[in-house]
Amino acid sequence: MSDIMTAKDLNLWYDQTQALKNVSIKIPEKSITAFIGPSGCGKSTFLKTLNRMNDLIPSVKITGEVCYNGQNIYDSSVDVNELRREIGMVFQKPNPFPMSIYDNIAYGPRTHGIKSKVKLDEIVEQSLRDAAIWDEVKDRLKKNALGMSGGQQQRLCIARALAVKPKILLMDEPTSALDPISTSRIEELAIELKKSYTIVIVTHNMQQAVRISDNTAFFLLGELIEYGETEKLFSQPVDKRTEDYITGRFG
Amino acid sequence: MKKNKTIERAIHGVFLILGLLTVGCVLLITIYLVISGIPAIAEIGLFDFLFGTEWASTAAEPKYGILPFILTSVYGTAGAILIGVPIGFFAAVYLSKMANQKVKAFMEGAVSLLAGIPSVVYGLVGMLVLVPAVREIFDIPDGASLFSAIIVLAIMILPSIIKVSMTALEAVPKEYEDASLALGATPVETYFRVSAPAAKSGIAAAVVLGVGRAIGEAMAVMMVSGNVPNMPSLFQSVRFLTTAVASEMSYSSGLQQQALFSIALVLFLFIMLINATLNFFLKKEKD
Repeated sequence: MSDIMTAKDLNLWYDQTQALKNVSIKIPEKSITAFIGPSGCGKSTFLKTLNRMNDLIPSVKITGEVCYNGQNIYDSSVDVNELRREIGMVFQKPNPFPMSIYDNIAYGPRTHGIKSKVKLDEIVEQSLRDAAIWDEVKDRLKKNALGMSGGQQQRLCIARALAVKPKILLMDEPTSALDPISTSRIEELAIELKKSYTIVIVTHNMQQAVRISDNTAFFLLGELIEYGETEKLFSQPVDKRTEDYITGRFG
Repeated sequence: MKKNKTIERAIHGVFLILGLLTVGCVLLITIYLVISGIPAIAEIGLFDFLFGTEWASTAAEPKYGILPFILTSVYGTAGAILIGVPIGFFAAVYLSKMANQKVKAFMEGAVSLLAGIPSVVYGLVGMLVLVPAVREIFDIPDGASLFSAIIVLAIMILPSIIKVSMTALEAVPKEYEDASLALGATPVETYFRVSAPAAKSGIAAAVVLGVGRAIGEAMAVMMVSGNVPNMPSLFQSVRFLTTAVASEMSYSSGLQQQALFSIALVLFLFIMLINATLNFFLKKEKD
């Protein structure tokens, strides 16, 4: 499998505090890559550098490079809106817009210039089907999305991200606010989606990483400590710190 | 250990009385206005009073039609909203979402100052600068007109519109904006397609508050509108509901004075309606 995304010597500072230290990683296409590590280890920060969501924080400074399909996304010629369209994101807390289910999904395509009702209907249905929520919502597309359960909202957010046809889906602890049943539905969905998309998921839950990911990266204090096949990382960790973390000695 | 509840109760009682004082004032004014406003309407006739197009209170055969005032107030307010709301809304979007901290602090200070300027000063500047300018630009005999009043009102309502809209826009959860940006929308698209719709109740409240300020303003509009009871026309001297009361009260008597109370009652009903609308939007914003 080819690598769709690579980071090289990535450093990131919030003001004076260094949050990422020389992170280098290669993320293979159409697979699930999990980032694990204790709170404050930099895994979410690193995830956000992959679609430049950190740009929104004024005090952030970044050095090194992140390449998507061979292009450094921090190059000044890169259109960040175009980039985020290719690299979608699902957040920790489900964050549907306060509008109808239909309008939530249609928001991205409309933003990118699709006006035809027929085309939008098609995208909305397909995205909701892909996110395995179509059957639950097809009769209430005009209802406000905020009336759905948390788990449904999160799948709606996944559908919304899929509607702009991204290549990569970044998920920032997408199940941390959800109950176990909703969590397992999102996990099943992620496994289904990796047939067509590359998924990078930050998770607090090591069992989740084991259950769904192909590769796992362990972060600690802003450093990438160990990265490799999930099965191998959890059964025979190379680094002592990885072993300590996955066996529950800290974190 | 026995708690001394007497002091607690006493303080509770004092605060309750202070609170009721406000309610009492509102009630008193309402009752007073209704009692003193009804007789003239009864004598003139509700229809002739509200829809009469001529106001000649000091004529040998006096006429008490307040339609010119009602329409002037409505048109003046509508004009001020038409001009003030877009300016105020865009300024609020800029200040709450785009401006950097320094610019924001400076401009917010300026907006607060604008809110604090006494209306007589608005009137004075309007009289000395705006009215002659309107006369020159539009080549009319007198610049004191509905148009000048609209411009002054539009400026006067800006602070309320900007501040209330800003509060609403700033209260929009950042998660909504993040979601939009993560879908590849530009920041400007995000502000107008996500933030503004999410803040719509608050922005509507800002507009209604602006309506309230505009319709209740007396001094500034009296100084720039010419204060002649014509049926409203953009470049003619006009008189508002507020200024109709203010300009004749000092020398009025008898039915004329009673009619002025009736005008105040009509104005009061307008304000009540606006307040009810405002509360409706504020309540919606809360939900």
